[in-house]
Amino acid sequence: MRAHLNVEPNMADPDAFYALLVDAHQDLDEEASSILNAQLILLLSNHIGDLAVLREALAIARRNVKGENEVEA
Amino acid sequence: MDTDYQRRVFDYTPASARGGRHPVVVVGAGPVGLATAVDLAQNGVPVVLLDDDDRLAHGSRAICFSKRTLEIFDRLGCGERMAAKGVRWHVGRVFHRDQEVYSFDLLPETGHARPAFVNLQQYNVEGYLHERAQELPGLDLRWRSKVTNLVQHAGHVALTVSTPDGDYALEAAYVVAADGGKSTLRALMGLESHGRSFRDRFLIADVKMSADFPAERWFWFDPPFHPGQSVLLHRQPDNLWRIDFQLGWDADPVLEKSPERVIPRIQALLGPEARFELAWVSVYTFCCLRMDAFRHGRVLFAGDAAHGVSPFGARGANSGVQDADNLAWKLRLVVDGKAPDSLLDTYAREREGAADENILHSTRATDFITPKSAASRLFRDAVLQLARDQPFARRLVNSGRLSTPSTYTASVLSTPDRERFGGTMQPGAPAADAPLTQDGRPDWLLRQTGNGFTGLYAAGAACDADVFAAMAALAGDAIPVRIVVVASAGQGGPGPFEDSAGLFAARYDAAPGSFFLLRPDQHLCARWRAFDLQAVRAAVARASCNDLNAAGATRRPMEHACAPT
Repeated sequence: MRAHLNVEPNMADPDAFYALLVDAHQDLDEEASSILNAQLILLLSNHIGDLAVLREALAIARRNVKGENEVEA
Repeated sequence: MDTDYQRRVFDYTPASARGGRHPVVVVGAGPVGLATAVDLAQNGVPVVLLDDDDRLAHGSRAICFSKRTLEIFDRLGCGERMAAKGVRWHVGRVFHRDQEVYSFDLLPETGHARPAFVNLQQYNVEGYLHERAQELPGLDLRWRSKVTNLVQHAGHVALTVSTPDGDYALEAAYVVAADGGKSTLRALMGLESHGRSFRDRFLIADVKMSADFPAERWFWFDPPFHPGQSVLLHRQPDNLWRIDFQLGWDADPVLEKSPERVIPRIQALLGPEARFELAWVSVYTFCCLRMDAFRHGRVLFAGDAAHGVSPFGARGANSGVQDADNLAWKLRLVVDGKAPDSLLDTYAREREGAADENILHSTRATDFITPKSAASRLFRDAVLQLARDQPFARRLVNSGRLSTPSTYTASVLSTPDRERFGGTMQPGAPAADAPLTQDGRPDWLLRQTGNGFTGLYAAGAACDADVFAAMAALAGDAIPVRIVVVASAGQGGPGPFEDSAGLFAARYDAAPGSFFLLRPDQHLCARWRAFDLQAVRAAVARASCNDLNAAGATRRPMEHACAPT
């Protein structure tokens, strides 16, 4: 069965995660923050592994930035 | 003393040369045209090879020749010289800024006659091919003979050939256009290549020096000696080193070729103590593109004339030689009247697919090496930073995915499997090599195959004697099949080959009684768990487009000479 991106709540402690995420960027300038984010995306993407799931996540994010009318490639 | 092939100048054939009708005219005496012409001539098709110049390649140009290309050169009778002269390498190292990120090994397994790659200057490759061409009486090479007009007729192509002392007419049943990226024939026919060009410039410098760098491929991203850009270092024969500097789009191509600009760049890489001299310098840009169709009537496009890639991955010359490998046997069967003209359509389909594969890899490598946006560069740098410690990120580093031959997965020439096979190949794949012995002498599987169809039979079945008797009939067919019998180690006795290391069995998933049919270009096109004469003949017919009802033929019930053991 093809895996799907889980967009339902999946975290036991969402507030703790959010704090971790923001804390990770503490004292970083914009460039360092960007590279941290990029590394984080790469690490988590590899953990997920499934290209179909990653494609779904990328499509949602892209749509939110580009607007609903964007046709998926 | 080795011949300096860059300095050779050849006499041209005057305009009083034989015009008339020829089965095949090949245009362009580069690696692809020479390989095509040698292949045709050594298999009995007379061929005229035209070139508008009177020299072989100037400068080292293509330098990385892959295992598969060496295997093709073996089949063409000049692989040993290429392999002996070439610098063998299989380790690549990737550096980011001042640190090594990781290294890779391209051929981790043994049991192949040829290494993953050799580095060899294009002029040496052309020189060896040219000397092989000169051994073939059916190969008529005409220098300073430029095609200036081309008209396609129903049964032939009419060419006008211009030489320094005038023009003459030449007719060919088929024309192979192997006349390079700026193909004259493509322009004469009003055709174009389509694709993507990259706004970047690169400097190639060939440097002569005695240095103790190992024979490895070294690739730097953003090194301290050339900040913000990439650099590639490769060793060639005769103490020559290829250094490739990314310059960026704004670089002045004329200025950057001047020694005053080039020498400091090299000195920065090698260190202030290094002593070297410049052998060749070139500034280039590149595109990833191809013609929409490689066949236009009686004209077949091959090599750079048909497709172009970036240099990262060594996919230009290698894929061009593989075009020649695919095309020559099909042309031979068609001009010999043993296969319909439609066989040539499969050249186009198979090699267009291969070109798409090469362009895809090449484009992705180029996007990694020369990021086109801030986001692209951000992820590239993040990958390189992670790659030092995280194995997963090393797989994302793309300094060029090095050329591997294409598997013709969807080819109409392949007979689909009716039985399960493991191993490393599927129908359409280039046949894997394996060490063999014969009467105790070492040999290689691929050396026993190619040029014609070859059947590999794994001996040891209870009914071998019946199979041998049945297989013998194939040698007398219109399109003959040569049989190579391979027994398990210690089981061959006098005569057959023995699978001395068990790698034929492993790579082909061969069991006693298995039969593998290889095309003349050594690609697997059919296989069975037991020999069936009619099935083999049907597969040969399918692989030569002689079987118009191929789909029906495969549904016929099996008629084995005997059951597999």
